Amino acid sequence: MKLTVWTYEGPPHVGAMRVATGMTGLHYVLHAPQGDTYADLLFTMIERRGHRPPVSYTTFQARDLGADTANLFKTALQDARERFQPQAMIVGSSCTAELIQDDPEGMSATMDLGIPIIPLELPSYQRKENFGTDETFFQIVKRLARPMDRTAHVSANLIGPTGLGFRHRDDIVEVTALLEEMGISVNVVAPMGASPADIARMGAAHFNVLMYPEHAEAAARWAERNLGQPYTKTVPIGVGATRDFIQEVAQIAGVAPKADDARLRMPWYSQSVDSTYLTGKRVFLFGDATHVRAMARVARDEMGFEVVGMGCYNREFARDIRALAKEYGVEALITDDYLEVEQAIEELAPEMILGTQMERHIGKRLGIPCAVISAPVHVQDFPARYSPQMGWEGANVIFDTLVHPLVMGLEEHLLHMFREDFEFHSEAGASHHGGAAKLRAVDAAPEPDTAQPGAAQAPAEGEIVWLSDAEKELKKIPFFVRGKARRNTEKFALEKGVSEISVETLYEAKAHYAR
Amino acid sequence: MTDAAHLPPAPARGCRDVPVLKERGQREVFCGLTGIIWLHRKMQDAFFLVVGSRTCAHLLQSAAGVMIFAEPRFGTAILEEKDLAGLACANEELDREVDRLLSRRPDIRQLFLVGSCPSEVIKLDLHRAAERLTQKHAPHVRVLNYSGSGIETTFTEGEDACLAAMVPTLPDTDERQLLMVGALPDVVEDQALGLLRDMGVSPVRCLPAHRAAEAPGVGAGTVVALTQPFLNETAAHLERRGARTLPAPFPFGEGGTTAWLWAVAQEFGVDADTFAKVTEAPRARARKAIAGAAETLKDKSIFFFPDSQLEIPLARFLTRECGMKAVEVGAPFINKQIVGPDLDLLAEGPTIAEGQDVDLQLERCRAARPDLTVCGLGLANPLEADGLATKWAIELVFTPVHFYEQAGDLAGLFARPLRRRALLSGLEGAA
Repeated sequence: MKLTVWTYEGPPHVGAMRVATGMTGLHYVLHAPQGDTYADLLFTMIERRGHRPPVSYTTFQARDLGADTANLFKTALQDARERFQPQAMIVGSSCTAELIQDDPEGMSATMDLGIPIIPLELPSYQRKENFGTDETFFQIVKRLARPMDRTAHVSANLIGPTGLGFRHRDDIVEVTALLEEMGISVNVVAPMGASPADIARMGAAHFNVLMYPEHAEAAARWAERNLGQPYTKTVPIGVGATRDFIQEVAQIAGVAPKADDARLRMPWYSQSVDSTYLTGKRVFLFGDATHVRAMARVARDEMGFEVVGMGCYNREFARDIRALAKEYGVEALITDDYLEVEQAIEELAPEMILGTQMERHIGKRLGIPCAVISAPVHVQDFPARYSPQMGWEGANVIFDTLVHPLVMGLEEHLLHMFREDFEFHSEAGASHHGGAAKLRAVDAAPEPDTAQPGAAQAPAEGEIVWLSDAEKELKKIPFFVRGKARRNTEKFALEKGVSEISVETLYEAKAHYAR
Repeated sequence: MTDAAHLPPAPARGCRDVPVLKERGQREVFCGLTGIIWLHRKMQDAFFLVVGSRTCAHLLQSAAGVMIFAEPRFGTAILEEKDLAGLACANEELDREVDRLLSRRPDIRQLFLVGSCPSEVIKLDLHRAAERLTQKHAPHVRVLNYSGSGIETTFTEGEDACLAAMVPTLPDTDERQLLMVGALPDVVEDQALGLLRDMGVSPVRCLPAHRAAEAPGVGAGTVVALTQPFLNETAAHLERRGARTLPAPFPFGEGGTTAWLWAVAQEFGVDADTFAKVTEAPRARARKAIAGAAETLKDKSIFFFPDSQLEIPLARFLTRECGMKAVEVGAPFINKQIVGPDLDLLAEGPTIAEGQDVDLQLERCRAARPDLTVCGLGLANPLEADGLATKWAIELVFTPVHFYEQAGDLAGLFARPLRRRALLSGLEGAA
């Protein structure tokens, strides 16, 4: 047993739902207790879908336990077949049904429904959501895709995008455009938007573009072995990765690496002098492995940040992320416990976090700017506007996304710097919130200085005291590095055996830790 | 007394005796675990530990939304492969997790071990675990257990199961008292207590209480006034301890609140003059506030999918006080003992449905094309995309909606989707 409040990933059957909901003409019959339909609202609310997910639940109740649940499953399967007329179905158990051992595979095999029924084996007590997407898509492809003649024209399948995927909708558009510029057409996009009939003609493509390894690596490998389709290893997130992706595609497809990057503004924005202050910003990355890998490169090589830590929550990619972290000279954090992530962030005290919804909240708590780069995400990260992560426009989007919280951070810093100023005192509120600003009277007396050096009570043994001048000086340091400065100074003082920190100690420590 | 001049008289034929359409099939409802989201806000020294799977944790996270980051007093002990292998081990694991939790949260006085589908199916005996852990952590912490599993409970039934589990632990008392049962938002609870105090009803106690130390007593002198219709088990447990449940409509709207208060007033011998004096002003305010929303709602048809058991009292409020027409009133469970007074006031006409086969119910809903459909979040957007206005039901459980001062807000919750639809009519065809 493990005590959890927040989970980065849902159970594996939610992954299967993401595949089913992404597709058309496919229906999922899930053997599950009443209540598991909660997962529908992830799709109807967070992704704002105007259709119910194509999932039928057996919704068994306590009184059904015993022989009846198997019948419920058969009835649900029969009903779904008649009502929705799918081209194929997937069947499986949720965590509770796994315990009652009704065997959807066996039961569906005995019923001749005239369409392919694909059983899913999703171990709920060992694996999680991303395993569920990958395994489900793999089983569907394995069952339905067949070797066939290649299209006359060079074509590729885009594989990996699912329902509830972070920016999957717009990434598809962007990658399609990249391929079109090289004269490569898209054969099938799957699972998103594909029907079982489309899966059946995946074999006609010359190669596969593996957009999200989390969701389609098993299928990509299978297609490589059984359909003779190579697949791309580079995920085109960021300028450098997009260029590498184009090279890789050109090589696989035997075409010229053409690229129309006229709309790419990111490199110039990053080179312009306004961006100089981004240099060496200390960032911490956390999310799914694919987005962390891509964003680490963007952060270091395209934004000029310093990567001070990275990690991922999906253990399937632990080895990859460990190797990557080594390249960056940092420690990899592989965990699905957000408290561990919070602790790591607190220790590293980065100036910016690139993470998921959870890291956004951790950042809020610690006062560190954060940009969301990976699922799990909330409703605001399924935007109405076009906002891919991949390709040229993706790079533009990423630049804005990464800079905005920092500009705001700088704004806040300036407000802090001038907070004794008559216009920027702490009660004045933010400058952009009109109406509420209160000016402080110019002749108002300054606040009395309460902290006296070497104050009344003597410090306890081994305790370090900040003299009031040093404390004041510390407050002049930008708030987002103040915590680190305080810790460094105290560590320095401890090492030197100094028990009182003066302004000198503060600056000696600063020089000591200067990079 | 309860039939004010402006309200229609009680219908000649209510819905108490109409045949109920009972359906079984796929149910699009929450499980009882969801109750934790609002219960933990009410009971300030309680922690809710679900013993379940990753699915349970994921559900709580999806239902709790952003609240999950405010150091909530709930969590899930996720069962792992090794817990399923042998039960003895699972008990040890649970004890260890509870020890860790309680050492980290010394402010906790009541710990609820909440059963889930997985823990019920493997027959993990949480009742014995609660007894064992109570002994271990007494007197500082009392450990209780109830099941919020989907196989046994639907949505608000989780609160019922929780309160019912508390009843046996309540102290005995012979005192004649009013026990107000159901977790209400604090602002609503205070208003209700104020009205009862002004009428001279005393003493009045609440279940659940804010803190374990304030838990009410129960006994033969206790009169129970339910504020929520889904407290079937709790009422039965209280009756077993000698208490008596007052039959009354539920306090939604001006009429419902007045009828509820009048039932209490009669029981406690409050004279009609005092009752009128106390209720006159808030009744007038409630009428006025409802009138605004009722303009939008008048003559509109409404269809309820089953969700919380609030459907029947709400249908009564919307038809009698806002002029709506009910097409179908679905509830996950109907206890005529408890919602009988509301059924009496709901004029014959709508289909009363218990249970669900969601695909069949959707067919009926689409055929009826109601002006407003009350349903869960899994159905709301798909129905909107079909051109039907919806009001998502879960909000009715979180938002203060009971008693006089909230009557206008309650009507407003139903009027808003219709007003919005009218405002956005220029967008038609744009999507």
